[in-house]
Amino acid sequence: MEKETVIRMEELTKRYGAQTAVNRLSLEVLEGEIFGFLGPNGAGKTTTMLMLLGLTEPTSGTVRVCGYDPARDPLKVKELIGYLPENVGFYEDMDARQNLRYIARLNRIPDKVSAGRIDRLLEEVELAKEADKRVGSYSKGMRQRLGIAEVLIKEPKVVFLDEPTIGLDPDGTNRMLDLIQGLSRERRMTIFFSSHLLDQVQRLSDRIGIMIKGKLVAVGTLDDLAQRGLGLEEGEAYTLEEIYMKYFKEG
Amino acid sequence: MRGIFTIYQKEMEDHFSSTRFLLITALIVMVGVIIASMVGMSMQEELRGMAKPDFIFLLLFTSTGKLFSFIQFIGFFGPLIGIILGFDAVNRERTGRTLSKLASQPIYRDAIINGKFLAGMTMIAIVMVSLVLIISGLGIRLIGVVPGAEELGRLLIYLVLSILYISFWLGAAILFSVVFRSTATSALASLAVWIGLSFFIGLGGSLLADAIAPMQQTADMAQAQDSFVKNAEVQRAASLLSPATLYGDATSTILDPLRKTPRSFVLMGPMERISLSRFQNPLPLIQSVVIVAPFLISLVAITFACFGICYAVFMRQEIRST
Repeated sequence: MEKETVIRMEELTKRYGAQTAVNRLSLEVLEGEIFGFLGPNGAGKTTTMLMLLGLTEPTSGTVRVCGYDPARDPLKVKELIGYLPENVGFYEDMDARQNLRYIARLNRIPDKVSAGRIDRLLEEVELAKEADKRVGSYSKGMRQRLGIAEVLIKEPKVVFLDEPTIGLDPDGTNRMLDLIQGLSRERRMTIFFSSHLLDQVQRLSDRIGIMIKGKLVAVGTLDDLAQRGLGLEEGEAYTLEEIYMKYFKEG
Repeated sequence: MRGIFTIYQKEMEDHFSSTRFLLITALIVMVGVIIASMVGMSMQEELRGMAKPDFIFLLLFTSTGKLFSFIQFIGFFGPLIGIILGFDAVNRERTGRTLSKLASQPIYRDAIINGKFLAGMTMIAIVMVSLVLIISGLGIRLIGVVPGAEELGRLLIYLVLSILYISFWLGAAILFSVVFRSTATSALASLAVWIGLSFFIGLGGSLLADAIAPMQQTADMAQAQDSFVKNAEVQRAASLLSPATLYGDATSTILDPLRKTPRSFVLMGPMERISLSRFQNPLPLIQSVVIVAPFLISLVAITFACFGICYAVFMRQEIRST
């Protein structure tokens, strides 16, 4: 069965004054895929995501998310996607349930429907015990998991995660990665996530895009990248780090 | 329109549970009780043994007692309530990193501003109505006079005007909270504009008037008079730029039926003088409303202008979480 293209970018460019943050980026992401967006800090990963979400307008080029243009039909796109910003914030004086209910209401999910969903999600992200505490008292890992719950409350088709594991301890990172993997396997969601951490991208992604200084220098599965980038034959041992460093030096 | 109600609801919850609201409540009670007792008692003294003047109930709000009247107080410090309620409306979400989350939900961005504005306006209405009720209640006890229908009508119009006036400042403060990323900066900017428009515009107006139409000291009386009138007109036009002037002029005629013009400066010839002393009767309510209408419309117009700029800035703004 042919898989649908969920995200399509063509010649996407974003300039801030003289500086080019994203340079003629063309990329397609298919339904149900986990796409890892890899690159050093300041490579333009977040800017790309903002353009996909309609939170900033591209200087030129086209974007389609689920067939809609985020700059023209922002509401259609935002109904279908969930976005976890880097270092997401919450209303600190409210507890986890209230935070989730607010997001549910903004998505016009009636309280009756959302109540059950909230309980299930809190269970899933292992916050059920802390659900009635103020979010202000949450640890970094708990906040990040609550962020995932907020993304899932509207049952999106596509999920954008910006550096979902940044600042987490090893245990927190593991739980987060398992959670993300579960989303793709159990809910068949398309996941587009960015990270500058090689091992995580390697562990999760079906396909990987490497972005350096605003340019997408390589796209493909890990094997593709190894063969093209390092000129290796199938079966030879390699790590993503070797591939990445090679592109990084060229960039 | 979607999302406005949800945001309104949440903002109201925030307002009611905030320390800010506690402080505002304390302020309302304090100001209401002080003004009512101060004015009420001085009225008791002054009116002892005199025939009851018309519209005695409105005097509770307009007479100065020993220090200041209620309408002076609101004209002066009302804007502060608007600024306090609005100066961090949007940039608080930005510094709390919740704005990018909020903006990625399926709501229009203007719903965020509108919801916050409406919640602030509701708070302003609550503050103003409770102040007027406190003063009326205490005033009835102190001077023992019940307001008539026309007085109630005038008070109602005064309330609408005041809520609109303070809402203009709320709108201005929200605008600054969109433009500036730091809450301290937006608070200072709102205060600066408030001080500038409320206090210094009169000074600027007189400077402008002296520059454009200087008063001439000549032997020719007619010419000197002419230049004096021109000077006053320029000053008046400049002062109309200030929402404080618009509001002050509007409320003075609505709460004081004996005033027939919002102007403090009236050129009087002998005919005018005769007519003024002949017709010492109060203006009917509808005539007062006619005088007030242009000021009311200007107030609404500048509030909308504020919103226009606010939308234009916010719609195109890039929303990052960092």
